Amino acid sequence: MNMGNDWMDAAHSTGTSIMAAEFDGGVVIGADSRTTTGAYIANRVTDKLTKVTDHIYCCRSGSAADTQAIADIVSYHLNFHGMELGEEPPVEVGAAVFKELCYNYRDSLMAGILVAGWDKLKGGQIYSIPIGGMCVRQNVSIGGSGSSYVYGYVDANFKPKMSKEDCVKFVTNTLALAMSRDGSSGGVVRLGIITEKGIERRVILGTDLPKFYED
Amino acid sequence: MSSIGTGYDLSASQFSPDGRVFQVEYAMKAVENSGTIIGLKAKDGVILAAEKLILSKLHETGTNRRIFNIDTHIGMAVSGLIADARQIVEIARKEAAAYRTKYGTKIPVKFLNDRVSMYIHAYTLYSAIRPYGCSVILSSFDNDEPEMYTIDPSGVSFGFHGCATGKAKQSAKTEIEKLKLGNYTCKELVKEAAKIIYTVHDELKDKNFELELSWVCKDSKGVHEKVPDSVYSDAEKAAKQAMEADSESDTEDM
Repeated sequence: MNMGNDWMDAAHSTGTSIMAAEFDGGVVIGADSRTTTGAYIANRVTDKLTKVTDHIYCCRSGSAADTQAIADIVSYHLNFHGMELGEEPPVEVGAAVFKELCYNYRDSLMAGILVAGWDKLKGGQIYSIPIGGMCVRQNVSIGGSGSSYVYGYVDANFKPKMSKEDCVKFVTNTLALAMSRDGSSGGVVRLGIITEKGIERRVILGTDLPKFYED
Repeated sequence: MSSIGTGYDLSASQFSPDGRVFQVEYAMKAVENSGTIIGLKAKDGVILAAEKLILSKLHETGTNRRIFNIDTHIGMAVSGLIADARQIVEIARKEAAAYRTKYGTKIPVKFLNDRVSMYIHAYTLYSAIRPYGCSVILSSFDNDEPEMYTIDPSGVSFGFHGCATGKAKQSAKTEIEKLKLGNYTCKELVKEAAKIIYTVHDELKDKNFELELSWVCKDSKGVHEKVPDSVYSDAEKAAKQAMEADSESDTEDM
């Protein structure tokens, strides 16, 4: 039943800005909060940072349905495996399970995922799994449609082993820049800081976002 | 032969009135007929050693090994029926490979031990099959941590600092207990392992044997492998010298 509006039967998609960056002692993950159905904003306060285990989270971009389903399945596998091992699985293992699904079903999925977390073997880690099912570890990674606008900013400003607050600032700035240029990103900035102690969540409201040149 | 258990030993799926499963106990007897294998845990790795009994002079040395690679970082020494043991080795290798494809990393030996134990235990539950006639030792050195497990034909497994199964397991265990295991590095412990295998070998009953030595440790970069030839010959020499020194002191006593 199409009443002349494309968005009425378009799929929910997270045309998105997501990001993760390693710092000294953990990782900072961040995302905008816009979910669109065509041009319509279906949700302006979405949480695209999804828990997989206590120390592994993923940033989702692409089809909201696909990425939610994948995150649920991976979460099941990792929690089951955690019981078998008697300890939380390493981030590397989490990324491998995501990759396996994203690669095997690459023809039917629209999912670009950043897997980030902390484990006692390798500390803070980020694995990028773009569409197609590749998996690669990165110190800093950005994703979603908004990321294209800020590669230069990330390259110019990322430093390995930043302090926690410096890293949070860096992620917030990058996302604010991406959200201001990308039409399908916006809303608030959601952050997660994953360390040995677990996750610390923060929200930066639209009114509190850092301002840059806007003409 | 008219004791209370009579007639309850024909199947692994039936208990005796006093709560035993005789087929499993017989499987353990089968292990006691085979050459001794030992495992020793050092600060920086794990040593496996096997006394491979040679039944014919025509056998080629270095064949029919009793120590196997399961994955790069895991070794397995087997005692008991070698044909049964090879099947367990294959199962363990498949589990390790499956873990790699599914989770993208090396299998933790704790996890492999659970899987292989479960498998061996399953063979003690059914009337149509017999239990495995072998005990195995799993060794690994992963993330700077040496680990070692032993699995019995019953499917029971334990983690050990030092362990022995096979013919002379009792005297081998006594020898191992004399060592202060926490103080050794792998290099030093290889010699002790060789000495133990030589000491517990019964020259009267079994004439020939071949010593097998493997390690997985810092020096081998976390890879399970046969010890290098130079280390092997040094260890064998040390063992033979220790034996001679022993027999000399024996004659003096007389």
